[in-house]
Amino acid sequence: MRKSFKLGVSAALALAISAAAGLAENIKIAFIDPLSGPFASTGTNGLHQFEFAAETMVNANGGVLDGQMFEVVGFDNKISPKESLIQLQVAIDQGIRFIAQGNSSGVANALTEAIDKHNRRNPDDRVLFLNYAAVDPALTNDKCNFWHFRFDANADIKMDAITDSIAANEEIKKVYVIGQDYSFGKAVASAAVRFLGEKRPDIEIVGNELHPIGKVKDFTPYSRKIVASDADAIITGNWGADMLGLGKSIVENGYTGPIYTYYAAGSGITAAFGETGKGTIRLVGEGQVNPPASDSAADYYTAFKEKYPDGNVDQSRITNVIGMLAQAINEAGTADDVVAVAYALEGMEYESMWGGTVLMREKDHQAIQNVHIHEHTDEDIAFDYDNSGFGIKVVKTVEMAAAESETTCNMRRP
Amino acid sequence: MDLVLVNLIDGLVTGLLLFMLSAGLTLIFSMMGVLNFAHASFYMLGAYFAYQISLAFGFWMGLLIAPIMVGLLGAGVERYGLRRVHQYGHVPELIFTFGLALLIEEVVQFIWGKNQMAYDIPEVLQFTAFSIAGNSIPAYKIFMIFISIAIFIGLLYVLTRTRIGMIIQAALSYPRTVEALGHNVPLIFMGVFGVGTALAGVAGVIAGPVLGTFPGMAFVLGSIVFVTIVIGGLGSLWGALVASLLIGWLTTFSKAYNLRMEDFLTFIGFSRPDPIWDSAWRDLWTITSPQVADILPYILMILILIFRPYGLFGKRDV
Repeated sequence: MRKSFKLGVSAALALAISAAAGLAENIKIAFIDPLSGPFASTGTNGLHQFEFAAETMVNANGGVLDGQMFEVVGFDNKISPKESLIQLQVAIDQGIRFIAQGNSSGVANALTEAIDKHNRRNPDDRVLFLNYAAVDPALTNDKCNFWHFRFDANADIKMDAITDSIAANEEIKKVYVIGQDYSFGKAVASAAVRFLGEKRPDIEIVGNELHPIGKVKDFTPYSRKIVASDADAIITGNWGADMLGLGKSIVENGYTGPIYTYYAAGSGITAAFGETGKGTIRLVGEGQVNPPASDSAADYYTAFKEKYPDGNVDQSRITNVIGMLAQAINEAGTADDVVAVAYALEGMEYESMWGGTVLMREKDHQAIQNVHIHEHTDEDIAFDYDNSGFGIKVVKTVEMAAAESETTCNMRRP
Repeated sequence: MDLVLVNLIDGLVTGLLLFMLSAGLTLIFSMMGVLNFAHASFYMLGAYFAYQISLAFGFWMGLLIAPIMVGLLGAGVERYGLRRVHQYGHVPELIFTFGLALLIEEVVQFIWGKNQMAYDIPEVLQFTAFSIAGNSIPAYKIFMIFISIAIFIGLLYVLTRTRIGMIIQAALSYPRTVEALGHNVPLIFMGVFGVGTALAGVAGVIAGPVLGTFPGMAFVLGSIVFVTIVIGGLGSLWGALVASLLIGWLTTFSKAYNLRMEDFLTFIGFSRPDPIWDSAWRDLWTITSPQVADILPYILMILILIFRPYGLFGKRDV
């Protein structure tokens, strides 16, 4: 099975290359994310996943329309909004019509505004914004526009799933909320308090605290407070070194309950948590890796690991971005008229290889999909992260999470 | 009350870890008269070396070998780098160590990548030593305390009770006289630099598993080490110890207790502006002690520089 798949891929790739040489121009996707600096590992890993998805899902199957191939072009924005706008201009000048970005909602806010402005002024070379990871709810609410599509579940949808999971557990009476002192950490904290208040008014928030981002050397004093508060569950939006430091410190100082998080996997964090995080770390996210949702997902993951042995498919929604874009271009019959492509994307229902359907909601361009609560463990892991034997396994699924949620989006359509 | 005891222990661990870094730095400063910006980078190298060794031979070999490797590297840097730059004065020396810090960080990223390393506590120490009112104290913390105290006593003994120590002390204050008496002063300097960096290496080896082993670890600790030796008094071993413990307890306690600026301001007689979110002083009124815990040492440093510029135990001006 695997062998034939590989053979198929390579044969199709060979075909693709020869076809691309002879036929029309490639359809380029600009990937604007950090490719240098402290967040380079996240950005580079994302770029690899985009390139791999474009090759295996589109180019290996003969491309879109009459054989046009996808080509992902990386632009380094150093995670700065200012630099991103420059790179956006460069991409537009190169005739690229599709912009993909995900790391940092600050960058996404700047890009969506700039793209809206550009598209109004330059109706001849409009571009689409494919947001694959920036989760600030404002992007599909107050700041929404026709050109922006979000393929990840936003922070509120994810918190909705976390609090559902907490509310269903009668044993949880006390919850501690802790996060980094900046916009995302604050948004997580306020959403947690709001949802818990609605769903389980009897739950006591025993701590709601922010710590400086990227500055804390030792999380011990914070974990002492958490342990002393008798919390039954912890919610945090921490990422990177702050996530690892906080998580390890809490467990080492005697806490045994669940820690609900957004970003505690991949980029070395899974390996570093190892045995310590088992039974404690819970992650919310879309895309089911363990157990694999389908044979095609398993084959895809295996093929990815063959090409990038040190990489992880930790942003499985990237395949949805590529798949849905290809489908929309085919439906619209053009890759040049992005308005037609955008209308094709709106309301699209797409069968994801990671299980379930992805619906691009028409009114705010927020993807509605299954959201899972994962557990960090080394049992029944078909595909681990960081080659550590540990990975994340789905323990609970919210089908089409927040499909009916309200939005303040008031979209103007061309 | 129980929590006070727990926090005292936690603060002690943080403080002693800081001491191992600042002890080496303060010795090197009294010797060269120049701050070694790359000091925290040697701490990072200690953690990475130990991680690499622990993969093959286990944690304890890492604890033994990694500091020696870091020390040799440090001695090499002094012998072939700093000594050459020394003749051009202090500013080139400063720039040299600054460049070295950047270089080490890039090299670490080049070899080990940008991810967190899975460097972990050895299994024999993965248990709870004892608990105080439900707060468990991991055995590893006790181990850290013992290692650092042993190093402090050993260092103090060598510096004050042995012949080598006396020559070192003499060479620090009167290098020319000591040289005239027939001692090899450049060799002593190289040795002090090597031992100082090896101490930073030890700190890295034992801190790596708890504070995380990643390319940013030197940056996170870098500035606080300078603050420590300025508060303690440049060149003073006792000063480094007292300042480290002071900073350890100061940050631990202000993080552990939610002291609010609001309470303090009301206490000294101000009234809370209402509504608070429209007030220009909103940020001041809503500060809590955990939020500012990590900048308190810097405030302490500024106060020390104003009122006692030579530090708590120092003999000369900064």
